[in-house]
Amino acid sequence: MNLAAAVNENLAHYSNVLVYTAMAIYTLAFLAHIAEWVFGSRSAVGRTAAALTTGTGAANRASVTVRTAEKGGGTAVLERPKVITRSAAGSRDVPDGPGAAGGTEQGDVYGRIAVGLTVLAFLTHAGGVLTRALSVERAPWGNMYEFSTTFAMVAVATYLVLLALKKNVRWIGLPLVTTVLLDLGLAVSVLYTDSDQLVPALHSYWLWIHVSCAIISGAALYMGAVSTLLYLFRDRYEAQLENPEGKQFRQGVKSVLARVPSAASLDKFAYRINATVFPLWTFTIIAGAIWAEAAWGRYWGWDPKEVWSFITWVAYAGYLHARATAGWKGRKAAYLALIAFACYLFNYYGVNIFITGKHSYAGV
Amino acid sequence: MSTTDTDSAAGKAAENAAENAAEQTADGGAGAEERELGAAGSQLSTAPVEELSVPSLGPLGWARWFWRQLTSMRVALLLLFLLSLGSIPGSLIPQTSIDQLKVQDFKDKHPTLTPVYEKLQLFHVYSSVWFSAIYILLFISLIGCIVPRTWQFVGQLRGRPPAAPRRLTRLPAYTTWRSDAEPEKVLEAAQRIMKRRRFRSRITGSAVAAEKGYLREVGNLLFHTALIVLLVSFAAGQLWKTEGSSLITEGGGFSNSLTQYDDIKTGQLFKSEDLAPFSFQLDRFHATYERSGPQMRTPRTFRADVTYWDGVDGPARKTSIKVNDPLEIQNYKVYLLNHGYSPVVTVRDGQGNVVHKGPVVGLPIDGANLTESMVIKLGDYRDKNGKRDQVAYQGQFLPTWVRSKGMFSQFPALDNPALVLTAYHGSLGIDGGTPQSVYQLDKSRMRQYREADGKTKFARALAPGDTMKLPGGEGSLTFDGVKSWASFQISHKPGDQTALLGAVGALVGLVGSLFIQRRRIWIRAVKGSDGATVVEMAGLGRSEYAKLPEELGDLAVRLQTDAPPTAEPEDGTDEDGPKAASTPGDTEEPAHPADPAEGASA
Ligand code: HEM
Repeated sequence: MNLAAAVNENLAHYSNVLVYTAMAIYTLAFLAHIAEWVFGSRSAVGRTAAALTTGTGAANRASVTVRTAEKGGGTAVLERPKVITRSAAGSRDVPDGPGAAGGTEQGDVYGRIAVGLTVLAFLTHAGGVLTRALSVERAPWGNMYEFSTTFAMVAVATYLVLLALKKNVRWIGLPLVTTVLLDLGLAVSVLYTDSDQLVPALHSYWLWIHVSCAIISGAALYMGAVSTLLYLFRDRYEAQLENPEGKQFRQGVKSVLARVPSAASLDKFAYRINATVFPLWTFTIIAGAIWAEAAWGRYWGWDPKEVWSFITWVAYAGYLHARATAGWKGRKAAYLALIAFACYLFNYYGVNIFITGKHSYAGV
Repeated sequence: MSTTDTDSAAGKAAENAAENAAEQTADGGAGAEERELGAAGSQLSTAPVEELSVPSLGPLGWARWFWRQLTSMRVALLLLFLLSLGSIPGSLIPQTSIDQLKVQDFKDKHPTLTPVYEKLQLFHVYSSVWFSAIYILLFISLIGCIVPRTWQFVGQLRGRPPAAPRRLTRLPAYTTWRSDAEPEKVLEAAQRIMKRRRFRSRITGSAVAAEKGYLREVGNLLFHTALIVLLVSFAAGQLWKTEGSSLITEGGGFSNSLTQYDDIKTGQLFKSEDLAPFSFQLDRFHATYERSGPQMRTPRTFRADVTYWDGVDGPARKTSIKVNDPLEIQNYKVYLLNHGYSPVVTVRDGQGNVVHKGPVVGLPIDGANLTESMVIKLGDYRDKNGKRDQVAYQGQFLPTWVRSKGMFSQFPALDNPALVLTAYHGSLGIDGGTPQSVYQLDKSRMRQYREADGKTKFARALAPGDTMKLPGGEGSLTFDGVKSWASFQISHKPGDQTALLGAVGALVGLVGSLFIQRRRIWIRAVKGSDGATVVEMAGLGRSEYAKLPEELGDLAVRLQTDAPPTAEPEDGTDEDGPKAASTPGDTEEPAHPADPAEGASA
């Protein structure tokens, strides 16, 4: 018994060391990302992208773009015919930016270093979360400290998985690492709670299901929100390309915006993430209701946490509707998506800290 | 590697997209794109058509206009927005349904705000008139939306995929090649391929029209219908529910009838004969607590071992009820709510007769450590001379008594249980008939016993087994031991199963609605002027469907086994180059094999 307690205390200690180490590596990754963007800003591609796109994109709406690439699949013998794609009428035909490195070799090297460091930091981070879980012999999300560290871990995991799937997400590296650092900093300084057991009401396999779904949803929705935010800027930037006489962003901002994916791509990426996560979030709420029924004898009691999950859900449903409603597509829908994510965040931080309800008994 | 091509159809005759529209059943969308594509792009979903037109005069016109507005996407959006906005105050202002005490507290602190809040029903937001109005409107809107969409969808199922638009090059994904195969053979092969890929297809004129992904609409309709099922079953649950609680000491029991509940709330349509027959008995209660650390005292395990009987004379069965693990019996659920201790005492009067024997239930007075205050009232009591008297013991029960730390328990477990009591005699004031709380003592006509010195107030601290004797041989109280009590919530909500069904339906529908893509593909094969067959393929989907070009490419590869491409004629179309594979997606970036991260599209 005592021996086990000592082992657990040791594990908890290792966990803290690992989390701090991960923060140090994330900081290095952050610096590497900054270097990537800085070198990228010196690239000719970045500076001339604007000039290029105004010519073809805006003036020649009806133009058709062609993409060619390698043969698909290793065993394919047949060559595929080229497929001509054409963006929907009324949307801009602006290509994606070249990425943070702006096509510069040096920037790209730093970008790769940044990704490598992120992977390393992630492994350390995951180790920290795992040892914490082992030290308390349960899922590592019994209080806000554990929730925050796990949340950040899953956000990074989502990013790395998308990278591994060769999705165009490297641009999200800098904002992601920045927020992960903020989140972890907050977790170790303000939210830290010593490892401990759970009150009986939290003992249930629905805890695993409900909370893990909530964490995964949040981490993915976060990616969607970053993309939406960037979409709003990039959209304005593209509008400025069409109208060079109007108000313009400053040069530095332009240089950043020229390198991120096109507004259409960002919008689509955000939509796909949000739409994919929405059923998961729906399930999270259903699972929570089932758990509440088992623990407290009612599915739904309008507890503040439940209210804000509901608000978040309705807000995302509103976003999905907005996208299917003429006159609400585009920027307006994007604002809705940001409001919806703000609701998620408030549910997590705001409700735990400012409002007391049944859910806030796990030690902040 | 990437090239930019100008519209390969440039130079053709002026666009006439409406030509094929004659074959269409209905014309839906009004977007610029859809107008350009004619009927081919119409009704790729069953979303209601937006209209902002001013109604024609007359009440009927206005009624129709109003109904159309209510069931439009725009208003659904507005109502959804209002619903989330309306939910907010309930999370910030204390609610009577959750915590009456907090509401009272709030009212005491904000005397000026309170009347305003009460007017606005802000202390019970979720049953307020205005909140109900929002969701009822939303659900009317929902029903008004589902019904026509269902009919429209049935119509689409009966109809056939729309014919190919005249200029396939206008579509979001397009490919073409020349072949020596005969056009009829190409079309036949194309239809065979589309059928095998589970597209609904048909040949119209010189083209095959195919469509797939109708399940998206099914999913969407299922989702919205399931929302209605959910609401209806919640309503049913409210109307027929029963929810009550009962406090039971170890050894005691409960049988399901109205008198056995300490308190009970029932729905408007509930009748007492609806109560199902079952009973249970609390055999033992186990609790353990965190012994150290910041969360010291928080409960670690709660377990009630019970024996229960299903039906009037069912066999006895044993089980345990835990916090997350209610007893389910005849569609009722018995939840463990709370627990505490009942000291078991034997009280003798001045004559030595037992006037009370058994557990005493106290009132918890500190949350975590389970100190309980209690009163034992003895109305039928004789003093040592045999005269009638009334006696009351009053005091506290402490599961863990630490002498130096005063009259509050130091830990919730039974580490050092003590019963600290004083006693009074006189008139309890119960003969007048006014009901009294069992936890409170009206001392106005009672006198406290004094020690032998006549000054110090009489009081004793008892450990289990101890006996306290009242001064002057007026009687005694023996602390026999401690039993636990547990309180249970016994609830019955009839709509639960359907609600679960609705939730599952909503989830399944949602997955279908968001992950299945509805899209159309057309394949045209005509003899060109030089005698070769020109094969054209084009696809149309919702703008979010990024895999369309890829799918079209796959289908083209498949079709090329039946319609092998021949060399391009030598004139003009310079950019075509060798037939290379295509990457779908929305990026202009070349797929750089050395740079997986940036290369492929999202
Ligand atoms: C009250 C009237 C409602 C109307 C008229 C309505 C209408 C629609 C329509 C037409 C679609 C399909 C859009 C498309 O094809 O993309 C849709 C999708 C959807 N609706 Fe509703 N709906 C209503 C209520 C609700 C409610 C109350 C919710 C849930 C809170 C909801 C959630 C959704 C979701 C999640 C989608 C999927 C969006 C997508 O396909 O992108 N709807 N709704």
